[in-house]
Amino acid sequence: MEDLKKFLTSKVLLFEADTLPAETEKVLRQIRREKTDNAVILISSGTASIIAGSEKTWSAVNSYIDDNEPGTDLVRVGCTGPANFEPLLSIQLPGKNKLFFRNITEEKVEPLLNGVFHNDINKDDLVGQHGGRGFELWPGIPFIEEMDFFRYQKRVILGNCGCYDPENIEEYIAHGGYRAFVKAIRHYTYEEVCNIIEKSGLRGRSGGGYPTGLKWKQALNTSSSVRYLVCNAKESDPGAFTDRTILESDPHRLVEGVAIASYAIGAASAIIFFRRGSEHARQRLQKAIDSAREYGLLGSNIFSSGYKLDITIRKEPGAFVCGEETALISTLEGKRGMPQLKPPYPTSAGLFGKPTVINNVETLMNVPLIMQNGPEWYRKLGTQNSPGTKVFAVAGKGRMSGVIEVEMGTTFRTILEDIGDGIKEGKKFKAIQIGGASGSFITSENLDTAIDYEEMRERGVGMGAGGFVIIDEDTCMVDLVRYYMEFMRNESCGKCIPCREGTGRMLEIMESVIRKPSDDDSGTTLERFKGVMQLETIASVMKDTSLCGLGQTASNPFMSALKNFREEFEEHIFDRKCRANICRGLRTFSIDVDKCTGCTACASKCPVNAIYGTRLQPFFIVEEKCIGCGVCYDICKFSAITVK
Amino acid sequence: MSRDLETIIKKYKSGRREDLIPLLQEIQDDQGYISEEMIVKVGGFLGLSTTKIYGLATFYDQFRFVPEGKIRIKICNGTSCFLNGSRGVINKIKEETGIRAGQTSRDGNLSYEIVTCMGGCNNGPIIIVNDEYYPHIKPEQIPDLLKKLRYIIEND
Repeated sequence: MEDLKKFLTSKVLLFEADTLPAETEKVLRQIRREKTDNAVILISSGTASIIAGSEKTWSAVNSYIDDNEPGTDLVRVGCTGPANFEPLLSIQLPGKNKLFFRNITEEKVEPLLNGVFHNDINKDDLVGQHGGRGFELWPGIPFIEEMDFFRYQKRVILGNCGCYDPENIEEYIAHGGYRAFVKAIRHYTYEEVCNIIEKSGLRGRSGGGYPTGLKWKQALNTSSSVRYLVCNAKESDPGAFTDRTILESDPHRLVEGVAIASYAIGAASAIIFFRRGSEHARQRLQKAIDSAREYGLLGSNIFSSGYKLDITIRKEPGAFVCGEETALISTLEGKRGMPQLKPPYPTSAGLFGKPTVINNVETLMNVPLIMQNGPEWYRKLGTQNSPGTKVFAVAGKGRMSGVIEVEMGTTFRTILEDIGDGIKEGKKFKAIQIGGASGSFITSENLDTAIDYEEMRERGVGMGAGGFVIIDEDTCMVDLVRYYMEFMRNESCGKCIPCREGTGRMLEIMESVIRKPSDDDSGTTLERFKGVMQLETIASVMKDTSLCGLGQTASNPFMSALKNFREEFEEHIFDRKCRANICRGLRTFSIDVDKCTGCTACASKCPVNAIYGTRLQPFFIVEEKCIGCGVCYDICKFSAITVK
Repeated sequence: MSRDLETIIKKYKSGRREDLIPLLQEIQDDQGYISEEMIVKVGGFLGLSTTKIYGLATFYDQFRFVPEGKIRIKICNGTSCFLNGSRGVINKIKEETGIRAGQTSRDGNLSYEIVTCMGGCNNGPIIIVNDEYYPHIKPEQIPDLLKKLRYIIEND
C-alpha cells in the first residue's frame, strides 16, 4: 500500500507532462480494473440502490463468489444514473465488455451469475453492454450508450459515477484525479487559476448563473489575510437529490474542486456545508477528505508548494433558508440562520467579516475538469452564453427516473420524452416542475425551451438547483401549489414581514379554496372571495419587498401555476370542482343503486357515519355529512361508488 | 450523562460561538435530544445565555427537546413522494399514533418526523423506521406495521 502511494505520488501526481508514459499507464489500467485476469462484479451503492436492496444483493453475490467463482473481484461503486433500475449490477469478464443488469435483487443473483459464468445470459434483466474500449464484444447484445436514456445525455460531471469505488483514492487518481490540483498549486498563481475559470465561462449552477471566475476574482482582490471557501452542499429543495448522488458516487472530485477553488482565492480553510440526513454521502466525503490528507493533498505545505489547506464538513441544522448565502454564513457563525442585507456581498465581507466565496457542489465539480482539459474544451460544450452541462434529478411520474446530465441547449422535451421515456402508465403529461419549492412549471407549450440561462429567463423560468419533477394528469395543480406554500410558510425565517405574513396568508387562502363549502355560512364564502382576489397582489408584494431570495421567489409556484393553469384555479374557486379528484373537500361520492349489493362494508368503515341503508338493499350517502375522504371508494368491491 | 458532555466538550475551545451548532448537534447525536441541563452547561462553556441558545436551537428543525421514541419514524414529504401520496401516509400515522410530528408518544415508544427528500424518489412514498427503509408504503399498511413494531418493542 505504501509502495502504491509512493508510486502514484511520484509517477502520476508529480509527473510533469500531460501524457503519462506507457509503463505507468499499464499500472493505472490495472488499478482501474480494465485489465484483469479475473471477473469483476460491480454493484451500485447509492441511497437509491440501498433502498432497493443493493446491500442484500452484495451479500448474495459475495457468498456466490465464495462458493463458485473464487478470485472474482467484488466492488461497490456509485450510481450510474437510472434509479428505477436499482439495484444495478455490472459484470466484466476478462477481456470482454462490461454487461449491465437491472433490478438484481438477492434472489436473482444465483441464476444470473450461473448464466453469465456459463455463457447463457438471461436477457430479461439485461440492460446492455458498455462498448468502445477495445474489448471483445458480446454478439447480439445492445450497447447501453445507444439506449435513449444515455444517448441524449452528455455525462461529464457524472463521468466517473458508477465507474469506480468512491471510497478508494487510488482509483480516482488512476482515473486522472488530483493531477489538475497538483499542477495548479505547483505551476499557476492564484490569478492564473481564476483567469482559466473565467475564460471557460463557467457559471454558478445554483440558479442565478453568476460567472464563477468573476466571483473568485472579487474575493481575491479584496485585501485580507484570511479568506474562506464554502461549498454549499445543502440541497434542501424537496425532490432534489443531485448533490447527494454526486457525493455518494464521486466524492473525490468534489474534494479536488474545493481544493482548486480554495487555492484560486488563496483560502487556507474550506468548509463544506452539508445536508442533514445524507449520512451515507457524508461518510464517503469524510473518507475522501481523510485519504486526500494521507496523500498529502491537504494539510500544510502541500507537495512542497508552500500552500496550506484544510477542509472541514459542517452539518446543517435544518432550515431551508440556510441555502441563502448570508443566512448560511450566519449559521456557520453560530447564529440563527437569517439573511442579511446585501451589499456587502460575501466576496467582500462574508464569514467572520472576511472575504468568502460560496459555490455549490455542481459548480465545483466542473472545476477539476476545466483545469484538466482547458477552458477551450469547456467552451465547446453547451451554448454561447451558458457553456457546460446541467445535472437534473428526474423524479415524479416519468417512466425513467434518476440523476441525468445534459448539455446546455438541450430542450425539456428531450429530457421528458427521450431520456425520461414519457409518463408512467400511459397517463397524460401535465407539467414539469423545476427549481424546487420556489421554482416554476413548464407546460407542453414550453417544452421546446432550451436549457440555457438567458432563454429560460426570457420565458420567466428559473434554472433552479436541479429538481426535475414530472407531473401527470392525476395531480391537482391547486393542491400542489398549496403544498409548496405550506413548505414555504414553514421555512420562512420570520425576519422580514412580507415573507413571514405573506406566505402564511397565501397558504390560508389556498386552503380556503380547497375546503368543503358550507351553505349556511355566507361569511366564510365572502372571506374566501376577498382572499382569492388578493392572492395575486400578495404574491407581487412579496416578490418586490422581501429581503432575500426565499421570500422573493416563494410565490413563484403560485404565479406560474396561475399563468399556466388558470382554468383549474377557476374551477376550484367558482365551480368547486377538482378535476384530478385530489382535493378532499371538493369531492362528493354517490352510490350506484344498480351495483350496490348492500354488503355494509362502506357504512361500517365511514369515519363520519354518512352512509345509511338496510342490509342487502342499496345504500346511500348523505352529501352534507360526507367529508370526501374516499374510504368507501377504496373499500367497495363492486365499484358501486362513484366520484361526482 | 454529564461525563458524556465532558468528553464531547473537550474537542471544542471555550467561548467560541461558532462551535455552538456543532456542539449541540453532537450532544443530540449522543443523547437523542437536548435537555435543559445540557443547555445550561453549554451556556456556561461558551459564555452564552440559555435564552440565546434556546432561541437558536428552536430556530432549526433538527433540535428536539424531548427524547425520541424507541420507534423512530421519518416520513418523506418531498415533491415526488407528495405526488405519489405521502399525505395519506402522514395522516394515517397521525391518526394511529395520536401525536404530531416532532412529538413523542406518552409511553416513550414512538416518535415521528416529516422530512423533505431522502433520495428514494422513485420508491415513493417512503418512510424510514429506525434506519430501515420501507419503500412504496400505503396508508392501509400503517396500522399493521405499527402493531408489529409495538409488539417487537414490548417483547424486547
